[in-house]
Amino acid sequence: MELDFSRQLHFFWALLPEIILCTFGMVVLVAGVSGKYKDADKAPSGDPSFGTTADLGWLSLIGVLIAAGANGWLYGVKEVGQDSMIALDHFRLFANWIFLLAAALTILISFAYVYRQRLQAGEFFALILFATAGAMFMAGARDLIVIFLGLEVMSIAVYALTAFNRRDRKSAEAGLKYFLLGAFATGFFLYGIALTYGATGSTNVAVIATSVSSGAATAGLLTIAIALLVIGFSFKVSAVPFHMWTPDVYEGAPAPVTAFMSATVKAAAFIAFARVFLVAFNDSYTTWFPILWWLAAITMVSANLIALVQTNVKRMLAYSSIAHGGYLLLALTAANPTATAGMLFYLLVYTLMNIGAFAIVISVAHQAEERQYIDDYTGFGWTNPALGVFLTIFLLSLAGFPGTGGFMGKIYLLQGAAESELWWLMVILVLTTVASYWYYLRVAWLMWMKNPTSDGQHDLVITPFPMRLALVVCVGLIVYTGIFPGAALEFARASVQGLGAFGGGIVGLAP
Amino acid sequence: MVTFLFYVFAAVAVGGAIGVVISRSPVGSLLSMIATLGSMAAIFVLLEAHFLAAIQIIVYAGAIMVLFLFVIMLLNLGHDYQKDLKVGAFSLVSFATVGAMAYVLSRQLGAADLSDSGPGAAAIDAAIAQHGVVGAIAQPLYTTYVVPFEITGILLLVAIVGALVLAKKNVA
Repeated sequence: MELDFSRQLHFFWALLPEIILCTFGMVVLVAGVSGKYKDADKAPSGDPSFGTTADLGWLSLIGVLIAAGANGWLYGVKEVGQDSMIALDHFRLFANWIFLLAAALTILISFAYVYRQRLQAGEFFALILFATAGAMFMAGARDLIVIFLGLEVMSIAVYALTAFNRRDRKSAEAGLKYFLLGAFATGFFLYGIALTYGATGSTNVAVIATSVSSGAATAGLLTIAIALLVIGFSFKVSAVPFHMWTPDVYEGAPAPVTAFMSATVKAAAFIAFARVFLVAFNDSYTTWFPILWWLAAITMVSANLIALVQTNVKRMLAYSSIAHGGYLLLALTAANPTATAGMLFYLLVYTLMNIGAFAIVISVAHQAEERQYIDDYTGFGWTNPALGVFLTIFLLSLAGFPGTGGFMGKIYLLQGAAESELWWLMVILVLTTVASYWYYLRVAWLMWMKNPTSDGQHDLVITPFPMRLALVVCVGLIVYTGIFPGAALEFARASVQGLGAFGGGIVGLAP
Repeated sequence: MVTFLFYVFAAVAVGGAIGVVISRSPVGSLLSMIATLGSMAAIFVLLEAHFLAAIQIIVYAGAIMVLFLFVIMLLNLGHDYQKDLKVGAFSLVSFATVGAMAYVLSRQLGAADLSDSGPGAAAIDAAIAQHGVVGAIAQPLYTTYVVPFEITGILLLVAIVGALVLAKKNVA
């Protein structure tokens, strides 16, 4: 099948996965307010994994699986030209796999949480589906307007999800903070789009690229536009110094939402960041190279240093997520095919290990927001060996130990950076990674080397069936990508082919 | 004449925008914002975008601002307002940055030939001649930009669902 977008029906086929997700979102929404699900959140009863609220979760999961099928089907569809509003390249489809995986895992780990916290299941799962669709719009957009709308669909759904737990004051506070700061960042982003339009006369990424490379774009306007777009994107990927909201929001939001946020929002922002900067602004590389260089350096250093002193696990993982954003910014700074493929690979692995780690945090916290301190993990490994081993694998992968996907991801990022000769950033990445061992391994050390502080400290830890399923998937894929990274990397490399010209990595540039 | 009117409305728009930031009370900020939006509508008229001007008045200056005003009046009845804009290093840096941006923009635009209103002016004139003022907006909205239009629908649905979830009364 070939799509040249001469008819509007072609947009329907090109956006099939997104349309399926939105449709299922609406179905779940309606199902949640009808029949036996109507008051399920008021008096939950029965098994959290099946029946009542869980049915809505399984229904959403079916939606994600069908959307994944549609995404696979899109591999057989060819687009004519590279300038339509919706991209059909493999870069977008790889990103869609990441988002769909993150959505499926989030749904699986939130069953018992939704049940125990008595959240409104219909709205909860529907908003997750809508946020995923928004992320997919961002990845598939070749027009700044569509990127902006996708960003807003995703962000507004996530703002609501952050404040979702009405019985928890912290959740409301986090939601309000995220909303206000997010709206502020949106202003920067939108003004950046407006100035880009002013400088180049188009919002289409392909047309902007032509205008920039031919020198027709007004230089001064373009510089300010790039600066404003960097601010907008940096907020969403929580790069230092635009990271202030991250720890508070990650701590206050319901834990499954935090897992979703740290994976999907970050990945979507990085994918759109990559498309806008590597394709549209490719020939302004000398303008944005120093900005991203410094952002990457500051983010890696400060996030890892602050993470060293955290005592709350969710906050620690928040700073860890900021630090991983810094590693990924290194790939954008390098701006070559190897680094971009490394970024896709890293985003995939990061999604797996981060959602896995948060799943166990939810378990230890009794499917609620109770025990979140690092001291609550003392002796956890010996009382729950399976979960202990899993969490250790996630932490080792986050830290970047050989044999895990996180290690291979960092190797590929370094390889991409070496091709662009970013030696100082590589040194910073290695040194900050070594520093990060301390805060990741401290949790593992408490888990295995200390006795529980009291008898029966970990008796109430429950991991229902869906969560065990998600954990096995996460661990399996992390170990697989750690030991046999070839297949996934080849897939990522094939996905960035034809994305853009990759004029980046001009040797000899240094800020 | 058009140039003179443009400067008048532009001055009101910028003055209103500054008023939003420095006004003591939220109601004052809001009224300044209405002035800004109103003069924006007037500038749209000067650009011959009559439909946009009408929409600007009806939707922004009319519906949304009135709603804002209701909410602020209902929430803040009987409260004293305190000035919370602190004159410090940060506000100086902010104004300096905005000033620098305005300077660069004015240099850029000053260098360009402003005899017509930009690169797309001819295309816009042609579209208005062919489809009329409303048609010139409707035509691309439902053809070229149909995807963003539909995504906006999803965005509004998500916003409504989010607002309902957070504002629902009964929490057991």
